[in-house]
Amino acid sequence: MLSRTADNLFWLARYMERADFLARILQASRRLATLPRAYGGVETEWESALLSSGAAPAFHAAGLTVDEANVTQFLAFSPDNPSSIRNCIELARINARAVRTALTVEMWEAINGAFLELEAFERASRSAEEVTRFLDFVKQVSAAYDGGAHRTMLRNDAYWFSRVGLYLERADNTARLLDVKYHVLLPETEAVGGSLDYFQWTAILRAVSAHTAYHWVYRDSLKPWLVADLLILRPEMPRSLIACYESVVQNLDRLGKSHGKQGPAQRHARAVFGQLEHATIESVFHNGLHDFIQSFIADNHRLGTLVSEQYLF
Amino acid sequence: MLSKVAKFDEMGGVDGATRIPYEKLAKWLTSVEPEFLASRRAQAELLFRRIGITFAVYGSQEATERLIPFDILPRIIARAEWAQLEKGLIQRVKALNLFLADLYGPGEILKAGVVPSELVYRNPAFRPEMAGRRVPHDIFVHIAGIDIIRTDDDGFYVLEDNARTPSGVSYMLENREVMMRLLPDLFAQHRVAPIENYPDQLLATLRSAAPRGAGADPVSVLLTPGQYNSAFYEHSFLADKLGIELVEGRDLFVKDDIVYMRTTEGPRRVDVIYRRLDDDFLDPLAFRPDSALGVAGLMGAYHAGNVTLANAVGTGVADDKAIYTYMPEVIRFYLGEEPLLKNVPTWRCREKEALAYVLDHLGELVVKEVNGSGGYGMLVGPHATKAQIAEFAAKLADDPTNFIAQPTLALSTCPVSVASGVAPRHVDLRPFVLYGPNGASVVPGGLTRVAMKENSLVVNSSQGGGTKDTWIIDDAPLARV
Repeated sequence: MLSRTADNLFWLARYMERADFLARILQASRRLATLPRAYGGVETEWESALLSSGAAPAFHAAGLTVDEANVTQFLAFSPDNPSSIRNCIELARINARAVRTALTVEMWEAINGAFLELEAFERASRSAEEVTRFLDFVKQVSAAYDGGAHRTMLRNDAYWFSRVGLYLERADNTARLLDVKYHVLLPETEAVGGSLDYFQWTAILRAVSAHTAYHWVYRDSLKPWLVADLLILRPEMPRSLIACYESVVQNLDRLGKSHGKQGPAQRHARAVFGQLEHATIESVFHNGLHDFIQSFIADNHRLGTLVSEQYLF
Repeated sequence: MLSKVAKFDEMGGVDGATRIPYEKLAKWLTSVEPEFLASRRAQAELLFRRIGITFAVYGSQEATERLIPFDILPRIIARAEWAQLEKGLIQRVKALNLFLADLYGPGEILKAGVVPSELVYRNPAFRPEMAGRRVPHDIFVHIAGIDIIRTDDDGFYVLEDNARTPSGVSYMLENREVMMRLLPDLFAQHRVAPIENYPDQLLATLRSAAPRGAGADPVSVLLTPGQYNSAFYEHSFLADKLGIELVEGRDLFVKDDIVYMRTTEGPRRVDVIYRRLDDDFLDPLAFRPDSALGVAGLMGAYHAGNVTLANAVGTGVADDKAIYTYMPEVIRFYLGEEPLLKNVPTWRCREKEALAYVLDHLGELVVKEVNGSGGYGMLVGPHATKAQIAEFAAKLADDPTNFIAQPTLALSTCPVSVASGVAPRHVDLRPFVLYGPNGASVVPGGLTRVAMKENSLVVNSSQGGGTKDTWIIDDAPLARV
């Protein structure tokens, strides 16, 4: 397929996934922000939403004060924030239009329909109710697109490239969430149940839709190291780093097979996956959770570069 | 005189009696409620927007993408009428091809004095780069859109030849799909010639036009200026239907006079380029150096005979308004046949007698600039003030070679579903002709364009024109028996 098409599909999947993640972050933050102050670090919640989304520098450069209204506006609707939900959907549509021939009707209609509805949301008020509707809408759009891709796309390189983009982005998002919140997951913060951090842990889990899953996996009350374990090393958890990499490796491998050769991208992805496979949560904490996540983010970024070099010349 | 002809409605004729091809539609129209038509109109708009059938409007900030209005009532042409039209279209495109091969080759028609050489050589669309060059299979125009207007029962006239990169075929195809979904009952009452095989025929034409050295399985691509082009929807639609890559200039490169596209598996050779990019932008080395849309070195590969461009470079010289007036002579010259389709009678102001006539009759004629388009530099006599006419007369006397004049035509009307009910609106027709080494074909029907505003004659989509599905139906005899 055309390199430009592959590139577009790769980014299209990333934008849709990012929009979904931003919606989750906002939802989790809004929930946390409604708690009485005595229950958590509520003051910093909107700042950490900015940090997890990677939008903090742009937000501060714009000279805005950190509060719910400003952060919600900036992350969800702002045309000035290059990765606001609104811009993600618009960029996704621009990419989709450029590669319409590579998309199925279901995928196109999901994106195009979202783009058309976006206008109405932009015009609507920013009442809590409207924002709630909007965030649900974004998650639905992302699910419709993803589902459309899964159900209707031919299993060829168009599919594999878009899946690689999706899982790379998802891994990046989970890693950034962990990066911002790592301090509340450190073992020394272990306190008796109902500590102030408890609500931070649940917020993390909610951001990745794993609040219920946690209990099914561990059958235990919330423990910070288990939250970290779930998000990093549990293959059955679809947003964990290891699950994302399992899929990255799988899709890159199919791509390599259909092209008849494996390259630096495949080798690098397998190496990262191997590290995750052999790690235990004890060893991760022993060597430093923060360093571990930082180096994962760097490795993940490197894979993006390698895929570009190998296929998108 | 055409302007004296009574108004002709394709359903009601001149006297209001329903013409035979429209009998079923007329009956159906009396059986449906106005609310039904209104709901179908709304549904059609929703469908088009969902599918994303839009076109871009330049310089309009609030809406960069618009829908072309679609009218839900079909325009109907009987098979027998169509058969005549079809023959005439093929004849015309054949002649256009021979004409172009001659203009860039021996120039016999110029030597014979049939067409004045300065009209060709001083034409801005003439490409000196192509002089003396042959193109694969000597075919210049693979895809033509010939604009046709109708004035009465058997009066079909060619209004304009489009031999560069005619557009609109995607609307023709989508209109049919939407129509079959919206009004299945009405559709089922007629035997409508199918058009869905057009993409296959187009692909076959492109493949057959590949350079002789291309091998058994030539690679075709569709070259688009990109998604900000007004016809981008059509480009992506066609590439998808044809199953060929939709490429931009930056996806192609030329090495050793061979064209390649950049793919995830490395460079892949390209044999046929269905280009929807104007000559000027094709190759920054040969034409406009500031073009970022083209492919450097493409003309080198073209001249080396390693790639087919469809349509060929330089076809614009055959479809401008000055050359148009010579088309009947062109057909006689190359084919030794009488033209089957009439030209709209045209006075060439470059000729002394014609100029005198035009100057005397400015109040009833349409005068056009030879190289103008989109309604600019035009005088519509019956709608002009005395001052405008006087002003135009001076312009005309000053530079007569730059103008042609035509009678104001009584374009036929068709019933259209509008907010107030069903009303007649003016229409034209753009059939699409494919021409390859294995012969010519015309997709039955084409794109009917409608002037949606009452009494308007302007059918252009950029000026609020709409489209209709066009049915060629089998079971209607032309005369009542």
